[in-house]
Amino acid sequence: MSAKPTLAVWKFASCDGCQLSVLDCERDLIALSEQVEIAHFLEASSAVSDGPYDVSLVEGSITTPGDAERIRRVREQSRTLITIGACATAGGIQALRNFGDTDAWAAQVYPSPEYLDVLGTSTPIADHVRVDFELRGCPIDKDQLIEVISSLLAGRRPRTPSWSVCTECKRAGQVCVTVAHGTPCLGPVTHGGCGALCPGYDRGCFGCFGPKERANTASMNRVLAAAEVPKSRRLRLYRTFNAGAPAFVDAVTTDQPREQP
Amino acid sequence: MTHREIRVEALPRVEGEGAMHVEVTDGVLQDVQLSIYEPPRFFEALLVGREFTEPPDITARICGICPVAYQMSACQAIEQACGVSVDGQLRALRRLLYCGEWVESHTLHIYLLHAPDFLGFPDALQMGAQHRGALERGLELKRIGNRIVEVVGGRAVHPINVAVGGFFRLPTTAELTDLRAELLMARGLAAETVHWVSGFDFPELDVDLEMVALSHDEEYAIDVGNVASTAGRRLEVAGFGDLTEEFQVPYSTAKHARLSGTTPYLVGPLARWTLNSDRITGLTADVAREVGQAPTCRNPFRSIVVRALEVLYAVDEAIRLIDAYTAPAQPRLHVVPQAGTGHGATEAPRGLLYHRYSLDQDGLITAAEIIPPTSQNQPAIEHDLWRVVESNLQLPDDELQQIAETTIRNYDPCISCATHFLDMTVTRR
Repeated sequence: MSAKPTLAVWKFASCDGCQLSVLDCERDLIALSEQVEIAHFLEASSAVSDGPYDVSLVEGSITTPGDAERIRRVREQSRTLITIGACATAGGIQALRNFGDTDAWAAQVYPSPEYLDVLGTSTPIADHVRVDFELRGCPIDKDQLIEVISSLLAGRRPRTPSWSVCTECKRAGQVCVTVAHGTPCLGPVTHGGCGALCPGYDRGCFGCFGPKERANTASMNRVLAAAEVPKSRRLRLYRTFNAGAPAFVDAVTTDQPREQP
Repeated sequence: MTHREIRVEALPRVEGEGAMHVEVTDGVLQDVQLSIYEPPRFFEALLVGREFTEPPDITARICGICPVAYQMSACQAIEQACGVSVDGQLRALRRLLYCGEWVESHTLHIYLLHAPDFLGFPDALQMGAQHRGALERGLELKRIGNRIVEVVGGRAVHPINVAVGGFFRLPTTAELTDLRAELLMARGLAAETVHWVSGFDFPELDVDLEMVALSHDEEYAIDVGNVASTAGRRLEVAGFGDLTEEFQVPYSTAKHARLSGTTPYLVGPLARWTLNSDRITGLTADVAREVGQAPTCRNPFRSIVVRALEVLYAVDEAIRLIDAYTAPAQPRLHVVPQAGTGHGATEAPRGLLYHRYSLDQDGLITAAEIIPPTSQNQPAIEHDLWRVVESNLQLPDDELQQIAETTIRNYDPCISCATHFLDMTVTRR
């Protein structure tokens, strides 16, 4: 019926914010709908077409036995699978359970935890199925989302940042919050894409785009220790929305600089 | 014995994952369930051991649609625990930020999720093929709502500029001046929205439940107020946690809430309008009169009209706040942590959102409790569903399913929030 490529949007454990970025495309949303057939997007439409789909956008992490099965079915129906956001690429804030006791947590939050069927971990999509492209951020940047979809339609590689937040900050000509004020900032080890938003607001980067490739967290930890950030706070810095990303897990386990009071 | 069953395994146009199941035997409604299968993320547990400065960023991630509500309730609770009160122009900036979220979230629901129900389309884009002007108006209004959040909060989804005590950086005069020019355009679009949705056909339904909302003597409560109800309850926010009791049902991963453990109630636009519409004057009051909106509203299908009026109010209020703004000396108050417990409640777009935190002397969190609006509304949604389905059993399954889904969407349920929610199944025997 339609010769347009088909787009599907899927949700796993998440806050909806990255899917919302699709609807936040506003004027571009109408243009997008003229380029692709939105075939499966439950948050936006009750009209659902059966797969297979040309492109699947996947939000959220895998936290239940049922979702671990569902992501396999999504993969089978998707020619290209793109994960959107920190939950899908690193497990999200809910991956903090990977370092705690999920049963105790469930008992702490729910009066009748026996009604729940959850896994002890929150894991990224790539731990379960092949992922073709990962779009970073908590939340993702909507312009990068449009770039990724446009590049797929044009048959080229997406042009998204490969540099760090620190690089973006320098390019923007912003004053370094660590050097000037001793504010802890994960900019040197964090994947770019936000435009160094937080330092522009006089606060340190808290890593919501996750670790950049080859992040030198050993050096980062020395800088943080020198700025008198105690080890407990260094741990909390890495353990937020990308706590489950391997480089941030390592940053905590290998953090051995001289202890500061 | 005739058996009729309608199952919607994945409810569309709601924020998050839920299902609906309706069961009818020999023409008599047997059961209605709204089940939420959104996986739990255990926020209240993962907050324990974190620093008092972290909940605004962490709890924002409970909901990508109303992160500001989480940030504001969290800040208030922590500031109360630390004996600090944020007022004056810092408080005005918080209210401005919150107005942005009301415009963005309500407009999303009005145009992209709810209006297609009344006009008979599966989604806003297909609605837009025949109502292009309306869709473009909605998207533009939503964009301007997001602009407010970007200017004050730094980013539309999960703002980065909210701090315990205030903000990291104050908006510049130039940023606010540009924003004001866009808000003047938004005011016209918002007034048109009220007139547009008021022309829809609304099924009859009269809610008989108690309504609960924040209330404030001088203003339409958004970010500050005491708890009030249509049954005459009046209490401070600190008492709200004890008044409500959260409980679980086996078919849902979202907790339900009742007053004093027994009374189902509802929160959200209907409750706010019914309890507080007399605090609204000026343009929004004039437009409400023009479209015949009474000072109280007990029909959940008309919630779309109240949301549109609240959008108009929020735009107008944002302009007023900018006009009255003078930059405070500091972007935030210095907050020194102390051992204690604090309570915070604000009016999220979907209704009252309560947070409670206990801190130790080092400012680390020892306990957290969050009661989101959709948890509170779940019993009310099932209550409405029961009445709507029962009075429409003569309809064929597809039409019955449609009106049942609309009944759920009346509440703009946010499942991501409630699970800390929808699919429909109707079984007819």
